[in-house]
Order: sequence, then C-alpha cells, then structure tokens
Amino acid sequence: MNARLLAPLAIAASLAGAAVEAQSLPNLRIGLREDPDIMDPTLARSFVGRIVFASLCDKLFDINDKLEIVPQLAAGYRWENPKTLLITLRDGVTFHDGEKMDAEAVRYSLMRHLTMQGSFRRGEITDLDSAEVVDPLTVRLRLKQPSSPFLSQLTDRAGMVVSPKAAEAAGRDFGAKPVCAGPFRFVERVAQDRIVLERFANYWNAANIHFSRVTFQPITDSTARLANLQSGTLELIEVTSPSDVPSIRRDRRLALSTVDGLGYWSVIFNIGNGVRAQTPIGQDRRVREAFDLSIDREALIQVAYEGLHTPSSQPIPPASPMHVRDLRVTARNLDRAKALLREAGVRTPVPVDLMVANSPELRQVAEVMQSMVAEAGFELRIVATEFASALQAGVRGDFQAYLSGWSGRPDPDGNVWTFMHSRGAQNDGKYSNPEVDGLLDGTRAESGPAERTALYAQAFRIALTQDRARAFLWHPKILVAHTTRLQGFSLLPDGLIRLQGMRLR
Amino acid sequence: MWGWLLRRLGQIIPTLLILSILIFALQQLMPGDPAIIMAGEERGDPQVLAEIRAELMLDRPIWEQYLAWLWRLLHGDLGFSWRIRQPVGSLILEKLPVTLQLGLMAFAIAVAIGVPAGIVSAAYRDRPADWAANAIALAGISTPNFWMGIMFILLFSVQLGWLPPSGYVPLTEDWRQSLATTIMPAFVLGGSIAGVFMRHTRAAMIGALEQDYVRTARAKGLPERVVVTRHALRNALVPVVTLGTIELGRLLAGAVLTEQIFSIPGFGKLIVDAVFNRDYPVVQGVVVVTALIFVTLSLIGDILYMAINPRLRAA
Repeated sequence: MNARLLAPLAIAASLAGAAVEAQSLPNLRIGLREDPDIMDPTLARSFVGRIVFASLCDKLFDINDKLEIVPQLAAGYRWENPKTLLITLRDGVTFHDGEKMDAEAVRYSLMRHLTMQGSFRRGEITDLDSAEVVDPLTVRLRLKQPSSPFLSQLTDRAGMVVSPKAAEAAGRDFGAKPVCAGPFRFVERVAQDRIVLERFANYWNAANIHFSRVTFQPITDSTARLANLQSGTLELIEVTSPSDVPSIRRDRRLALSTVDGLGYWSVIFNIGNGVRAQTPIGQDRRVREAFDLSIDREALIQVAYEGLHTPSSQPIPPASPMHVRDLRVTARNLDRAKALLREAGVRTPVPVDLMVANSPELRQVAEVMQSMVAEAGFELRIVATEFASALQAGVRGDFQAYLSGWSGRPDPDGNVWTFMHSRGAQNDGKYSNPEVDGLLDGTRAESGPAERTALYAQAFRIALTQDRARAFLWHPKILVAHTTRLQGFSLLPDGLIRLQGMRLR
Repeated sequence: MWGWLLRRLGQIIPTLLILSILIFALQQLMPGDPAIIMAGEERGDPQVLAEIRAELMLDRPIWEQYLAWLWRLLHGDLGFSWRIRQPVGSLILEKLPVTLQLGLMAFAIAVAIGVPAGIVSAAYRDRPADWAANAIALAGISTPNFWMGIMFILLFSVQLGWLPPSGYVPLTEDWRQSLATTIMPAFVLGGSIAGVFMRHTRAAMIGALEQDYVRTARAKGLPERVVVTRHALRNALVPVVTLGTIELGRLLAGAVLTEQIFSIPGFGKLIVDAVFNRDYPVVQGVVVVTALIFVTLSLIGDILYMAINPRLRAA
C-alpha cells in the first residue's frame, strides 16, 4: 500500500484516538467539609469555595510550593516604579463562553472586585488606584501607595479574571453561573449536595487536565466523608478530624497528603475593646505572659490533634520565607509564670473567660488549656459559643480571651496587618501600639523579603514578646486523603486542590 | 361536615401569620449579627457593616422588614438566600421532593414495622412475643440516629459495599439508585419511630380488647383473628392516626442529623445551614413551608378520623 493511501487512514485513526481519549477521561469526585458560599470570585468568602475556584477560575498569578509568585493567566510582570505594575498576559486564552481573555477583561475584573457593592475583594486590593489597558495583552495597574503584598493578592480570588460579557449580563447573579478561564467550566450546583464542573476543551493548559468531570460534594460529618472515600464513592477528601488519620494510614488503598498550612490558631486577649477589657489579663502584660508560659503547646497538640500540627509563637508559618526564625516557640515555664503573677500583684486564681467556637475538638483544646493554666494560677472558664455568635462577640468585644483560627495567606501581610494594626479589621482585642503600626506599614512599603522579615521581627518583639497582644499556639497541617489510584497530587501550603497534572488510574 | 372543613381551613391563615411574626421576633433574639457573618474578614470595618445592613434592609425597623417580607410572600416571592444568592422558593422546591421521599419511606417503614408489632404484642400480651417486641422497640427508640447511621454506613457501604454511603439521586433520574441512596437513612429514621408506633398501637389495642363490644364479639363465637382485626383494631387506630400525622409532620420537617450523616440535601440540612449562617430568608421560608405541611397534615388526620370512626362525624 502506498503512503498516499495511508495518510488519510492515519489522520482518521489519530482523530478517533483523540475522541476516544476525551471520552474515556475519568471523572473525579471530591468531598468537601462544608457547602461553599456563592461562587462569584468578587462576593465569595469561604475557604472551601476557594477549593472549587481552583478548578473553575484561573488567576493572574499562582503560588508554588516555595510560596513564590508564578504567572498563571499572566505571562509576566514588571514594577515600573514602586507604584506602577505592568502585567503582560498569556496569549490565546479564552473564557468558558468563548470570549477572549485580554487586558480589557483583566481591567474589568479588577474594577469589579474593587467597586462592586458587597465585594469581599475590595479590602484585599484597596491600594489599587486605577487599571489601564496598554495593549490587548498588557495592563498597567497604578497603586495609591507602594504595596509589597499587592501582587500576592492577585494569586487568590482578587486575581481571578471573569468574562466581562457574562458578568455584565448576570449582574449580581453571576455566582449562580460563573464564567471564568479555568480548566473546568460550571455545569450545575445543587445547594448542599454538589457542584459539577466539566472539562473545558479550550483551556490554555488543557493538555494537563486528565478528568472529564469533577464533582464537589459537601459532607459535613468527617466520619461519613471518610466512609465515602473508603467505599469508593469519592476519590479525594478534605480531612478535618485528626482522629481519622490513623485509620487512613492503616488503609492500603488510601494515601494521606499533608503539608504545613499558612494558617494559625491563637488566643486573642481583649486589651482595649470595651468594658470586658478591664480585667487583669486585659490590662497587665505580665499576666498575659504568665498565661502564655503556662501552656505546653507540644502536649496540647499531642492530646487534641494526634501530634500533627506545628507549635508556634508567631503568625508567620515556617513555610514562609518571611518566618521570623529568631522568635522561638514559647516553652512551658511554670515557675516563671507564677513569678510573673506574683510580680503583677494579682490575686490567684486569676479568673479568665476563654471563648471558643462550640465544636468537640475546640472544647477539648480548651479543656487541656484549662488544666495547664490552672497549675500556674489561672481559673479558666470555657465559654463555648456557636460560631456566628462568637464572631459577633469578637467584633463587639464581648470576650476576655478568644481562641480563634485563621486560614492564612501566602503573603505574611494577610496573616499580620489586619490582626495587629490598630486599624486592622480583624483586630478583635483592639490592640494598639503606634510603633507597631509604623513597623507594619513599613512592611507594606518595603519590597525585599529580607528587609520585610527584619521589620516583622521588630514588630513581633514589641507586639508579642513585650506587649503579649496575642498568644499564638500552632500552625495547623492541611490534610487531604485520596485513593492510591489518584496520582500526581501535590498539596501546596494554601491547601487548594489543583487538578493540573493529576491522573486517575 | 363542609362547614367544619371550611372553619378548619380558615384557621390555617391566622396560624401561619402568628407563626411568621414569631419567626421574625425570634430572629431578633438570635445572637450573631448576619451583617458580621456576611462581612467575613472585613467585619471590623463599620462602613462595610453599614453597607451590608442597608442592602439586606437590616437597618430598618423590624416591622418594616416583616411587612416587606409579607408583601413579597403574598406575591409568591420568598426572597433570596443571602449566602448563595439563590431564590428561597427554588431552594425549597429543590429540597421538598428529597425530604418528601425520605420522609414517606421512613414513615412507611415505621408503620410497616410498628403497627403489626404493636398488634401482635397486644394480642400476645405478657408472653414472649410481647417481650421481644418491646425490647426491640425500646432499642430502636433509644439508639441515637447519628450512631445508627454511622454503623449502617460502616457495615453496608464500607465493609459489604452494597449501598452508597451517602448522597442522593432523584427518583426521576434513576429510581434504583434513588432507592439505594435513601434506604439506609429511611431505615435509620423509620426504625427510631417504629418503636413509638409499636408502643402506641399496643396500648390502644389493649384498651380496645378490654371493651365490652370485644367481649360481645368473642361471646358470639367469632374467631380471635376476626375479633382482633375487625373489631378491636379499627377503634384502636384512631390515636395511632393522630400519632401518625404528627410523626409524618416531623419527618417532613427534615431530619437534621440523619440528613447530615448521609449527606441528603433535604429540609433538615437546609435549615440548619441557614441558621448557622444567619441566612434569614431561608430560615423564614423553610419554617413557613414546614408549618404549612404540619397544618395540612393535621387537617388530613382529622378527616381520616371520620373515615375510620363514623361516630365522630356527628360532632
């Protein structure tokens, strides 16, 4: 047979092969800890929502395992000066509705994040002054002031680019049918049951996507979620209860991925938020230091979290290049704690109300703390409060001490400024020190990581070592379990599930 | 009879009105400001809170919020979920068939086990069959649903691999899958109520079997089977029907824990999530619809009485 005859056959065969491959790609089912909120990048605020967005909406930038910023929809960036950022875009990217992803779409999306009523991105990119289209693949952002954390905000929801046409048409209902430029496109959502996405054939990185459909199922009960994984109705789950870890490790069909997360848990002291700040622990730094010194973090983590998490005394996790290495984890020292209480001249036992969100796990943590601090001379009263009520009590200052957690951000600014700056929106204890404010503002203006780390070290020396504004306790590990048939999964410190490169055997 | 029915129907409207006022009042007492929850990470910013309150009408007096809600309700509009921005009406319509299916299956299981067990145990009073039925009923009532659910999942899904551990497939999509996903939760729910039915049926039957007309029937020489089923049972059923309508109403209001364990997207999960997120429009909508179901069921119960016991028609 001659070659001319064979050529069409070969083409036909390869076409058929491609079609077969597209059809035979497996589906993936992921179990989430709760039902995400609205699927609009501008209005969304839950952590689990971010897991779904990772498959649905690409961002201008992403992070890698070293927390470095790498381009995603962007092709590159350059600071023209400390207040002007030039971003070049990847060519040939289309949205799920076939529209072109270009500089105008980026400008539109950023302005939507910045100006839409009820936007949760506004606070993240509040330094953005204007965005202008230089050419179809270049956009120039002007900031109100130099801001080193700004770029890292574009690695999260604020960097997600939405189709302007679809967003204009849908208005506030865009979240019911989001149109982005991610690897999968939105198919349907049944509240509290599932969110279904399907492979987007024109995705710019489609060669790396090996699933035809991905379904996210919220299953709030951790035991039930694990049972779904064990019985094969899910391929991958978030693990929220460390007590599930031993049975996952025992099961040879399952694999556990862990990574040090970006978040932390800490005790917030009410220092200046209303009348409930007028307590020994709110008014005397020595009492707070004694409290901190009486906690054995290792033992606490061992008892409540199977020893999984990483003890800490600062908000910046070890995974970050800006982790302040000199700030050691507080070691338990009962003698010193008792001496501090004597020095402060308070009558022991010192009563302290500790507010915790009402979950069995956190109550256990609080109970362990209760017995630890009792040895130093504290009488810890546990105020277990339903989550939403605790949020409100935090804002209004209706607490003395509050055990609370933060999911964490790649740039340390997201873990520090809003919690320690006197104008920070999440500074529930209303800690205020002009010197710390100045240093924290300095970390935003400074761009070199080494210089920023030095400023953070200075700020923590004042706010934590000296003023004891908060007692940081541990950085949680992120736990994901999946079937061993799933290959190529790697977990980054942000805990998102990136499907690029993953395969199901 | 018709006048009575009209009067009963007329009572439904004030019942629902009072209830809706009650929901609004209770909402005010609920700690946890929805604006603070909606504001998330920006909750410390008073301006953000003010914007959210304005958008959700939370800055208006409560009566104004209530009247606005009532006005929309009269136009068939239950408003939007604050959390996921879907119309509450469509959310409810989405969950109703799920809860209806699960509730009716659980009810059928409860009745199918409970009523015959109650009859047998009354007929064989203080004999081994009675003791066995009582022991099983007590076990069913006192085993917590969530524990039973987890055990079912571990046994039938993880160990044996017979049934899917959770999730829900609508009847219209694939009825076999649908039954497979609902049979375990229905058994858990039904099993816990079967004992209640058994106890009530037993008590009512024992009462009926001691009546004069039963003695008369026996004296006429009727076989015991006929005495039990035709004479005693019919009268014993009236209180059981009352119980049935109440239990069915409870089932249709959603089974919070069971739905949580089996990830069944029904009413229970809907309202619990809404309460925790202070998603007031969803809470209001679900409570009103649930109340409507309850009121309707109790009406049906009353009508059933008359069918079973003609003597009540005169009243």
